[in-house]
Amino acid sequence: MKKLSFFLVALVVAQTSAFAQGRGRGGAPAPPQAPKAAAPIDVTGYWVSVVTEDWRYRMVAPTKGDYQGVPMTPDARKIADSWDPAKEEASGELCKAYGAPAILRVPGRLHITWQDDQTLRLDTDAGKQTRTFRFAAAGSPGVAKLPAAGPHTLQGDSVAEWVGGGRGATDGTLQVTTTNLKAGFLRKNGVPYSDNAAVTEYFEIITQPDGTPLLVATISTTDPAYLRQPFVISSQFKKEPTDAKWKPSDCSVTW
Amino acid sequence: MKKTLFALALLLVSRAVPLLAEIDLSGSWASINHEDSLERGGGPYPDDWTGLPFNDSGRAKALSFSQSVISMPERTCWFQTQWHIAAGPFSLRMWAVPDPITGKVQAWMVGAWETRAPMTIWMDGRPHPGKNAPHDQTGFTTGVWNGNELVATTTHLKTGYMRRNGAATSDQATITTHFRRHGDLLTVVLFMEDPVYLTEPYILSRSYNLATNPVAIGGPPCIVGDEGVESGRVPHYLPGKNPFTAEMQKYYGIPPEAAMGGAETMYPEYREKIKAAFKRPEKCAINCG
Repeated sequence: MKKLSFFLVALVVAQTSAFAQGRGRGGAPAPPQAPKAAAPIDVTGYWVSVVTEDWRYRMVAPTKGDYQGVPMTPDARKIADSWDPAKEEASGELCKAYGAPAILRVPGRLHITWQDDQTLRLDTDAGKQTRTFRFAAAGSPGVAKLPAAGPHTLQGDSVAEWVGGGRGATDGTLQVTTTNLKAGFLRKNGVPYSDNAAVTEYFEIITQPDGTPLLVATISTTDPAYLRQPFVISSQFKKEPTDAKWKPSDCSVTW
Repeated sequence: MKKTLFALALLLVSRAVPLLAEIDLSGSWASINHEDSLERGGGPYPDDWTGLPFNDSGRAKALSFSQSVISMPERTCWFQTQWHIAAGPFSLRMWAVPDPITGKVQAWMVGAWETRAPMTIWMDGRPHPGKNAPHDQTGFTTGVWNGNELVATTTHLKTGYMRRNGAATSDQATITTHFRRHGDLLTVVLFMEDPVYLTEPYILSRSYNLATNPVAIGGPPCIVGDEGVESGRVPHYLPGKNPFTAEMQKYYGIPPEAAMGGAETMYPEYREKIKAAFKRPEKCAINCG
């Protein structure tokens, strides 16, 4: 019995010591890590779209009037019905289907890097778009504050946080919230979202059967004007070792 | 002394709990069919194999497919393998089954899509059966936790389908299913591997909302019946004789070679290959949403 109690006490002491080391010597809390250092998963690198879903809306230009799957409001339908690719092209605004709610559906490559210790940067070769995901500064509680209403842009303002993690290389989620969007299209056939739309994304790493990483982004777009419920889709990307296939291309209305 | 020992043991157990990485997946999950809406609902076009990484055998098998084949008693339930979770439109009900003695989760159940038996994901470390064990529509599935992700591996499936237009899976196929929860949103990522009909894994991801309306734990079963196919005949099309291979082209201007699928149709480079041949129709003519 004595041996057992000694063993249990030793185990508890060992656990307590290990726990304390994690918080710094003397039990003081360890200094907070910058988001880059605290990242539970590695989303950086080059990634290529794997288009196994919604193929005819993504790999070719979708047909006018084909709205399958999108929970559009009647107002949205009216706008989409009047969409005219020739007029869009003439307007010079060729990137309206490359905004934050749609860009991860465009076939192409992503390049994700750390711009600084608290900002992730996502570049696309298709449409040459750039998004930045801003984390709260090290030591600040919670998520970076959403910016107040300001200029609306194609990629909007995105704040990010790490959710979970710590139990293996693929445990944890990058959650990104985007607001201040400029109105655009969910699909390249004029399915609209308004400048009141907001996007919540969950980026995760899934291990493929061959052991290589797959980046999966679950994308939920809300829009009080043009969507009856959140439009939820998910896109997946395989990792590539280099930038050898990175091929920047301009936005296009017709292709 | 006994009380002290008990307290110490309790302390150790409580410390260990965070290491048992898992998240509660139980509940009714309403399927969000915003992507592949037509394919999962009414069904795919008979010649839509875009984005499918199948090989020549897989393509030949698909081209020989006649929908009448499911009128055969032997094949009535051909569509009802575990892949139905990805290719069908149905919601899920998930629940844990505890061991009655230890209380530990022995299995996760994924139920409630029409004509399918619930999927049992064994969590107790039991091995998969030997390679010569019988195969059925349900297959045999084991699961492990990877952090907050449940990863399930299904083997011992009978031959089934990848798309409801004849893209087939063999009885050597394996399905790996990843369950990831984000609050009230569930993402399910599936990999289909098949050495007989695929050149690389076929990947799909699906989304579900936590629902307050309960999803039934089991749908009506697939019932084998005689639908009039005479004995000894297997409905099919001989090579080059399938009359339904031009629908994608007709309605969407998609070049026929793209509709025939293959791994290259999954990647962005393929767009350049078909750009010249693609002609966007003026207006959607059918199944427009």
